[in-house]
Amino acid sequence: MKFKNARCFTALSISFFLALSGCGDGGEGDDSDLLHGGDDGDAFSLTATGSYKAGENGDVYVYNWGEYIDERVIDIFEKDTGIRVHYNYFEENEDMYPIVATGAAKYDVVCPSDYMIQKMIDEELLLPLNYDNIPNISNIDPEYLKSAENFDPGNLYSVPYCWGTVGILYNKTMVDEPIDSWGVLFDEKYSQEILMINSVRDAFMIALEYLGYSQNTTNEAELDEALELLQKQYPLVQAYVVDQVRDKMIGEEAALGVIYSGEAIYTQRENENLVYVVPKEGSNVWIDSWVIPKTAQNKENAEAWINFLCRADVALANFNYITYSTPNKAARELIEDEDIRNSEIAFPGSEILERCETFRYLGEEAEAMYLNKWNQRGGN
Amino acid sequence: MKKKNTILLSTPYGLWMLGFTIIPLLMVVGYGLTSRSDGSFTLDNIRLIASPENRRALWLSVRLSLLSTLFCLLIAYPLAMVLRNMKFKSNSLLVMLFIMPMWINSLLRIVAWQNILERKGVLNTLLQFLHLPAVNIINSPAAIVLGMVYDFLPFMILPLYNTLVKIDENVINAAHDLGAGNFHTFTRIIFPLSIPGVISGITMVFVPSLTTFVISDILGGSKVLLIGNVIEQQFQKLANWHSGSGLSLVLMLFVLLSMALVAKYDKGEGSANVW
Repeated sequence: MKFKNARCFTALSISFFLALSGCGDGGEGDDSDLLHGGDDGDAFSLTATGSYKAGENGDVYVYNWGEYIDERVIDIFEKDTGIRVHYNYFEENEDMYPIVATGAAKYDVVCPSDYMIQKMIDEELLLPLNYDNIPNISNIDPEYLKSAENFDPGNLYSVPYCWGTVGILYNKTMVDEPIDSWGVLFDEKYSQEILMINSVRDAFMIALEYLGYSQNTTNEAELDEALELLQKQYPLVQAYVVDQVRDKMIGEEAALGVIYSGEAIYTQRENENLVYVVPKEGSNVWIDSWVIPKTAQNKENAEAWINFLCRADVALANFNYITYSTPNKAARELIEDEDIRNSEIAFPGSEILERCETFRYLGEEAEAMYLNKWNQRGGN
Repeated sequence: MKKKNTILLSTPYGLWMLGFTIIPLLMVVGYGLTSRSDGSFTLDNIRLIASPENRRALWLSVRLSLLSTLFCLLIAYPLAMVLRNMKFKSNSLLVMLFIMPMWINSLLRIVAWQNILERKGVLNTLLQFLHLPAVNIINSPAAIVLGMVYDFLPFMILPLYNTLVKIDENVINAAHDLGAGNFHTFTRIIFPLSIPGVISGITMVFVPSLTTFVISDILGGSKVLLIGNVIEQQFQKLANWHSGSGLSLVLMLFVLLSMALVAKYDKGEGSANVW
């Protein structure tokens, strides 16, 4: 999301040119909405109850994904607890890992994804949580705590924050058939209309699921088959993207894009022709959770932060802003908009989740093998 | 006494260079030549460059960087000549205009290019309005070369302008007096005298073009893998500092080669030899 400001800038120049040519459709200049939080229809009743001054009760160093919190929440936390928040972003798990692992910066609380948490637990980089300090854990749906046990047995180290699926976002005016399979991403008919995901594991997940293999395979023959598919796909792909898929799909640059479910709701608000689907072959379901690294220097403040984010009204504010699914049962009950509360995108039914799997950490050697193969997708 | 002063004055830079150039460089060598698992000496990280996809990325990087350097030279040289020949004082203002893009963050400029070149971007919207055919170079090597030229052009203009402006007018007048036409004056006097500027301009454009990964990421839609991207992946995606350093060492070899080229032509420029 680091490109957002640049987007505003170029949106300005675009509107300038459109004004010149007299054919502005206003579609591009809407990024500023983001700054105010997407859906304000849902009255935001969250206010601070405390009147502490930030820093009175120490500090907490938070490391989170970009665009992954409603920033008003940070102010309220500071007023309620007197703990000053130092907030930093990362774009991918892999960016965060070396910084936390080497202790280059000492963060108190970090929000990685499932497989990364498993890796960090394996490498003993995390501290067990003291749930006495996190009573709001009761707001989290036990179902998600159970699925989190896949990577954190016993829920010792992590508290789920957001979750979602990976699927296809398509523009219904640009396709003429029902989209329900990963197969469309390998169909020559859509040459140059495909935005493939530029994330090694996710990309192989798509090919592997389409071929009927596990997305956690380390079998080289299966991976080679998947690679062959990705190589065939290469000439059809317009671009490999992660964050940029959102703006490109809204701007109708392509007919099909691979996207995380949380982005789908936002894109639909901006362009009603977009539809999100979890393909029938199965997909990846992921959970991002809060953890406390071993290098943390303010562990209790970190737990206060986690506890605060588990509050129903806080989780609701975050959900309304970032539109990624919340595992917070109490927050979901507070959602006023029925369409959202029952949205298949935000809260997919069990028949969708049953065909989804979570990533597991596969070890250094397998990770290098995946990347190495991924780099061969353009042929030799 | 004089010598003592020199040492004193160059100490801040010396410390800087030690801390931020020499020590990091030694660390790159250290990581690049040791194995990740047990820290023993190995050439495996260097050998990574031999894999077909990495070789392909390096070769493509070299070709695209050479192309962008060539384009920069073709654009910058005539411009530097014009600037040199301007007889009024405002040429410093003009020089400023040409380097002004450097005042804007380079990432921002590249993202702007992405918005311009996109299929439904600014350029195509304009072309469509004028009923002209659309241009489709985004996510291709052509877009990357365009980005490199745009980003690094000021680095070519400045050294060229600096050497050209230093050429004494009397030398040129002498050539004319001795019967050389404009063409001969240029090929036998001006161009040879500007070689140091050309060489340092080439290095200043070629080296960053060769190592870039941001431009290829954004304008190439990650469809075009350059050696810079491969190195970035080793650090970012695999957190493998050893393989990343090994590949960096190979890339550094190419940089050293171009530096050697500069040193060969840049002699006698009066650069003080401290340290």
